[in-house]
Amino acid sequence: MNPSLFSPEGLAGVIFLILICVTMIGAIIATCTTRLIRSVSGLAVCFVGVAGLYYFLNSPFVAMMELLIYVGAVCVTIAFAIMLAEPDEAKQARKITGLSGGLAAICGGFFAYALAYAAVNGKWMTPAVKRVNDGSLKEIGLSLLTRYSMVFELVSIVLLIAIVGALVLAQSGRDKA
Amino acid sequence: MLTLSTHLNTYLVIGAVLFGFGIFGLVRRPSLIGMLISVELVLSGASVNFMAFNHFLAPDPTVGQIITLFIMAIAAAEAAIALSIVLAVYRNYKSIETEDLVELKG
Repeated sequence: MNPSLFSPEGLAGVIFLILICVTMIGAIIATCTTRLIRSVSGLAVCFVGVAGLYYFLNSPFVAMMELLIYVGAVCVTIAFAIMLAEPDEAKQARKITGLSGGLAAICGGFFAYALAYAAVNGKWMTPAVKRVNDGSLKEIGLSLLTRYSMVFELVSIVLLIAIVGALVLAQSGRDKA
Repeated sequence: MLTLSTHLNTYLVIGAVLFGFGIFGLVRRPSLIGMLISVELVLSGASVNFMAFNHFLAPDPTVGQIITLFIMAIAAAEAAIALSIVLAVYRNYKSIETEDLVELKG
């Protein structure tokens, strides 16, 4: 069952391990650095790893969307916000006490352990029915425009309201600055 | 070790660890933008879980992908709104640290 290192399956396994490492290192950088701009870079690295995991899960379209939306849009937006609202350095230094870090580690570790325990020990049953389609990009498009068309339209309205709301919120108090 | 990508549990544990990192950052970060970054980690942990179940267990393998796309859209909207709130807060308080935001009526 264990493929050799230089077979295609073995190389895919090595790439998968690298992707896991990239994801985890990105998450560590995103949460543990002091400066926010490094944290955003770590977030981008983490999302690149997650996109690779999606590719291994047989959905290259979602992987591309992850790269486009998260790495290309969300991280850049957060970087702009950091540039606009940069907290001064002296203020940052006095924060992060030992107690807060320990408490945070306990909380995060508890949640991660509980979820992983439930996931590993759960009895996941494969469904009795056969797969109705292959989950390709064509099938996603058909589902989006037939069964999920209502949700699709609602999401577009949510995005429109988010754009207008972001403009209104950012505009208020502009004269005070 | 090299066949890890064919097991459901691998992805579920990765999703759980991403979620745990997100909670860790949420509690630890003193600033609003840092907390927003952690929330993005939590959301991506949830997305990884959806995609894993979609690939291994779901009878209709488009459902999880579509849910993940919707999560991305909601996360983008949430990031835009949260960042504009952060900017408005910064204009009023000249700070984005959560400890400084203690006034209720400005």
